Amino acid sequence: MEFVNERDSYPDLRVDIGGLSLRNPVMTASGTFGYAREFENLVNLHRLGGVIVKGISLRPRAGNPPQRIVETPCGMLNAIGLQNVGVERFIAEKMKYLKGIDVPVIVNILGDTVDEYRMLTERLRGVEGIAALEVNISCPNVKRGGVAFGTVPSMAAAVTEAVKKAADVPVIVKLSPNVNDIGEMARAVESAGADSISLINTLIGMAIDVERRKPVLANVIGGLSGPAIKPVALRMVYQAAGSVNIPVIGIGGIETTGDALEFLLAGATAIQVGTANFINPRVSEELVDGIGEYVKSHKLNSVRELIGALEF
Amino acid sequence: MSQHQEKARIIRFEQLSELNVRITLDAPLIAASADAGQFVMIRTGSGQDPLLRRPFSLHQTSSSGYIQIYFKNVGRGTHILAHTKVGELLDVFGPLGRGFRFARDRAACLVGGGLGIAPMLFLAKKIASSSRDHGRDLIILGGRSREDVEPLVEDFKEFGLALRCATDDGSFGIKGLVTDLVKSEHLTRDTVVYGCGPENMLEALNRFCRSRGIACQVSVESVMACGMGACLGCNIDAAQGDYLHVCIDGPVFNTEDLAWNS
Ligand SMILES: Cc1cc2nc3c(=O)[nH]c(=O)nc-3n(C[C@H](O)[C@H](O)[C@H](O)COP(=O)(O)OP(=O)(O)OC[C@H]3O[C@@H](n4cnc5c(N)ncnc54)[C@H](O)[C@@H]3O)c2cc1C
Ligand SMILES: Cc1cc2nc3c(=O)[nH]c(=O)nc-3n(C[C@H](O)[C@H](O)[C@H](O)COP(=O)(O)O)c2cc1C
Ligand code: FES
Repeated sequence: MEFVNERDSYPDLRVDIGGLSLRNPVMTASGTFGYAREFENLVNLHRLGGVIVKGISLRPRAGNPPQRIVETPCGMLNAIGLQNVGVERFIAEKMKYLKGIDVPVIVNILGDTVDEYRMLTERLRGVEGIAALEVNISCPNVKRGGVAFGTVPSMAAAVTEAVKKAADVPVIVKLSPNVNDIGEMARAVESAGADSISLINTLIGMAIDVERRKPVLANVIGGLSGPAIKPVALRMVYQAAGSVNIPVIGIGGIETTGDALEFLLAGATAIQVGTANFINPRVSEELVDGIGEYVKSHKLNSVRELIGALEF
Repeated sequence: MSQHQEKARIIRFEQLSELNVRITLDAPLIAASADAGQFVMIRTGSGQDPLLRRPFSLHQTSSSGYIQIYFKNVGRGTHILAHTKVGELLDVFGPLGRGFRFARDRAACLVGGGLGIAPMLFLAKKIASSSRDHGRDLIILGGRSREDVEPLVEDFKEFGLALRCATDDGSFGIKGLVTDLVKSEHLTRDTVVYGCGPENMLEALNRFCRSRGIACQVSVESVMACGMGACLGCNIDAAQGDYLHVCIDGPVFNTEDLAWNS
């Protein structure tokens, strides 16, 4: 060890997610952490491995009408409808703050067509302060009858390729869990050039108000997140990690240090915390501490020894 | 913005009626920075179900570091809170949102219906403690019946502002709606009406104020996950067509900024 810096080097929590080094494996998931500034008084942002900001599209989107969210057993459904300020305002207004914070900022992007993903990526090229892109492919492809990009391997690969070609930073492709064979999907985006993959995005679900006999969400269906989806997410991360050679980032219902460690053992190199931020805004930082404690108490040389270290 | 996450001890528990409860919490950081009309998000349990925090208006704060919430037991989360005991700790996050914009130089008419009375105590306290003539300030409280209104009246009386009450069944105050009282009060054009209550009450209030050209601010509700602008789940229709978010743009809005059904 060349130097001992308490924060960075002991315990050694550094991980590498496909061309991007993180000081620890804990990041915050897109759509659950705003544009980071919302949390600046609650979390020491510089202690996190990375922050992923709310999904950005080429043009601003108003999102879905109310009601957009509903609590479900150990989870919640959301149909926000990808509300965002659009890439121009994002660069003009949000990046000013984001480029000044001492934590890798990963920009989550989405589009209706492959072309839109490409143009968005081109617009973000060279923008100071962006450490990586995360490509949300759980969006409907309007040119293919609204089928989500992330449910057809060839479409997922096409988006990945277009973004990868235009990007000047590492590209993480965020997989949808609403597929039959997650391994096949993971391989498709790996072959198309993805530097890493993250999963899972929300599972599609629904809730009904029996008194009104109406769907609770205006959008009828929404994405399920929170502790309820953790076992499914863990299984998919395990299968995806077994199918590709690029790093895998685990997401889905992570709330405690134990949850995060499960994902690392299943093969994830890093993790993202989503819904748990709403319940405990400090949770991400607490997970950094918790993982550090585990590494120390188990006398590991680094957190990297845990990745995929599941024993049978 | 200074928000705090506090483990707040329950100092006092008051069962004000069969379903309505008032809890006093020791939350000095929140108490010190809160304003009338703001709210807190409270974890009702420590497990994963119910998962999300529940939003509650700040009923009152004190210089000794206490905050109060006043709520009705309507579902799982509030049921748990309604069965807590003095000495227990609650995880409280706040203060959140934009509160009432108190117009110091104008007469104030506070209108609280049902659980909408909750934020009005805080506002009444703020108005009463501002140094100005209170001769034209007025508080109007209403509810379905006596038990929704009477237990809170003494606290409002302390401020020495004019007070009128109405109940649907006439068991306390006049028989009728709070909006009947508002209409009978000959409010001048320079009055600001501050309202909180059920949606139909707020709609009636908006209709009345608009027809008289009287400024009106209302505190509204929506489902919430984060309470702090991170999830974008709490949108409501804005007058200009787009959406506003209750937790950061509100919960208190000028009525002309919102889209109304009628
Ligand atoms: C800014 C804000 C301030 C509030 N202040 C107060 C207050 O001071 N006192 C008080 O009693 N209540 C207040 N509420 C409403 C309170 O948050 C809900 O009553 C509570 O979340 C219900 O939780 P539950 O688990 O008991 O009910 P649930 O089991 O979640 O639901 C039971 C019933 O309550 C309804 N409900 C659920 N959430 C809300 C909500 N956010 N608003 C309205 N109805 C809801 C449901 O539709 C259902 O019919 C406020 C809400 C907001 C948004
Ligand atoms: C309110 C909300 C908004 C979200 N918005 C986005 C988004 O814009 N882009 C995206 O890729 N994922 C989005 N997600 C998905 C999360 O990033 C995450 O993949 C998912 O919630 C599962 O993790 P969790 O169980 O920890 O929340 C959103 C989730 C929630 C709950
Ligand atoms: S409740 Fe999350 S943004 Fe308003």
